[in-house]
Amino acid sequence: MSSARIVLAVDNLSVSFDGFKAVNDLNLYVEQNELRVVIGPNGAGKTTLLDLICGRTRATAGSIKFKDMELTRMPEYERVRRGIGRKFQTPSIYENLTVLENLEVSYPRGRTVFGSLFFRRDAAVMERVKEVAELIYLDERLDDAAELLSHGQKQWLEIGMLLMQDPELLMLDEPVAGMSVSEREKTAELLTRISSNRSVIVIEHDMEFVKRIAHRVTVLHQGKMLAEGSMDHVQADPRVIEVYLGH
Amino acid sequence: MNIITPSTASAAGAPAWRAWIPLAALALFILAVLPLCLDLFRLNLVGKYLTYAFVAIGLVLCWGYGGILSLGQGVFFGLGGYAMAMFLKLEASDPESTKIQSTPGIPDFMDWNQITALPALWEPFHSLAFTLLAIVLVPGLMAFVIGVAMFKRRVGGVYFAIMTQAFAAMLSILIIGQQGYTGGVNGITDLKTLNGWDIRTDHAKYVLYFLNAGLLLASVALGQVLLKTKFGKLLLALRDKEERVRFSGYDVAAFKVFIFTLAAVLSAVGGAMFTLQVGFMSPSFVGIVPSIEMVIFTAVGGRLSLVGAVYGSLAVNFGKSYFSESFPQLWLFLMGGLFIAVVMLFPNGLAGLADSVRGAWQKWQARKAGQMTARGAPRTPAPPEDEPAAPTALRVKGGAA
Repeated sequence: MSSARIVLAVDNLSVSFDGFKAVNDLNLYVEQNELRVVIGPNGAGKTTLLDLICGRTRATAGSIKFKDMELTRMPEYERVRRGIGRKFQTPSIYENLTVLENLEVSYPRGRTVFGSLFFRRDAAVMERVKEVAELIYLDERLDDAAELLSHGQKQWLEIGMLLMQDPELLMLDEPVAGMSVSEREKTAELLTRISSNRSVIVIEHDMEFVKRIAHRVTVLHQGKMLAEGSMDHVQADPRVIEVYLGH
Repeated sequence: MNIITPSTASAAGAPAWRAWIPLAALALFILAVLPLCLDLFRLNLVGKYLTYAFVAIGLVLCWGYGGILSLGQGVFFGLGGYAMAMFLKLEASDPESTKIQSTPGIPDFMDWNQITALPALWEPFHSLAFTLLAIVLVPGLMAFVIGVAMFKRRVGGVYFAIMTQAFAAMLSILIIGQQGYTGGVNGITDLKTLNGWDIRTDHAKYVLYFLNAGLLLASVALGQVLLKTKFGKLLLALRDKEERVRFSGYDVAAFKVFIFTLAAVLSAVGGAMFTLQVGFMSPSFVGIVPSIEMVIFTAVGGRLSLVGAVYGSLAVNFGKSYFSESFPQLWLFLMGGLFIAVVMLFPNGLAGLADSVRGAWQKWQARKAGQMTARGAPRTPAPPEDEPAAPTALRVKGGAA
């Protein structure tokens, strides 16, 4: 994989909140079609890292390059349009719309005010909606209000909303939190399938789950990278055991 | 949140024309029933109330759907109304009818304030075309500028509402203070003709009533079409999950600016129609109190219903004229009480009440039908729910990041 193209390059990235360095001089490189899992104890800066990449938080120093484009000064919606998708920790869907509408609204056409006024639900949109709905196990629920979905289904729906945009880099913050065993199974399958043609960054605490999906694992601690490599390599690292995995 | 929205309510596959029934009923009511039942004096009052409804439907779009509460819509109502009044006033101030003034040919209040020449600001309002454009463009541009300044900086919620209050206070203070240019606290009065057509005759009052009603119905229809588009769905999405919309590739501020500007333009049309039908415009329709009253009309009608907002404007204003005739001291308390009652008991206003009555009726009908046919017809089973996962042994120190 070393010859693969680097999609995301984070160099010397720092952000401080009132002097507290949530992310401290961090370097991170994600390759094409790689599924990277970021783990680490509470307050390690995992969610902040995703916030920095998608633009929710502004970096204090350092650079974030996506396909050799500098992102740090770009508004959030521009980053999305360049191909970065972000799923939030708690399911963030539009409860008042149907599953179909949730997906439709996320379709990457008609993203300007006037574009959205004259947007038509044509065959291409419906085809994509059906394709994604099938992938996220919700093809039977298209006409249901999103608020009626179970917690796990809401998580899938949000992933589906991101897939509608066909992002090159997908970032998922604890996608299986609060899911049942069978839902976790299905989510692992889903992630494996969608990472075949895009890069994915996942934050997760469930080590069984991480083992199943991760290509490589990055361990963060106090805003810095502690270790990086395969799951086995990381699990054997004494420093990782010390601060995170426990004895 | 169990807010019933058109999108979820219509998910059952009801035919599209059904969505237009309430609008058709409203059209019948204000175009036929009211003109046939009321004398011209009362009808003219209705016409006045319907001009507030323009503001109310703007608030449905901007507040009910977009989640942007503006407590300063009187600003735009007033700007539209004043633009119209300036044209009418200039026409009423021809040198012939103002020859007793020390400076004939300028509005009377200017003469009283020792102004001897028409201010440059007033000059273009000799033109009807300019005036009609100004009615729409001045408030639209102002809303656009306010919107860009606020929404690009992510000012929202209560802070935005407070800012709009400040604008309402500023404009009314400005108008009252600049008496020579604006007519001050009295406003612009003694309006007579529109391009030579006397607006005070009975015939003119009928014509203006129907023009106003037609414009209002067209605005409601426009709003309904707008809400059906992807833009409308995005408004709802924006109200509930702004971050999700932003991180789905939308410039959220642009959407807010658009809907706020549209609401302002609608309000301005209402203001211009007010001036034409009532025959004057004054700062008492610009400031904080009228702006808040207009929010109450919307809340009473139902902030998610364009048609409801029209009924809300009519109902509250009829109540106001009835009670203020009978119990002038009590009216303000009643109005406050009404607002509290609506917010506490019927958060979706009259429209929400109508929806729940209709829902109960349909349920009763369905039950009756169900008893007559197969008893215990199969119900759709609830989706099976897996039990949540037991915490895995490997789940590590410190749960959520």
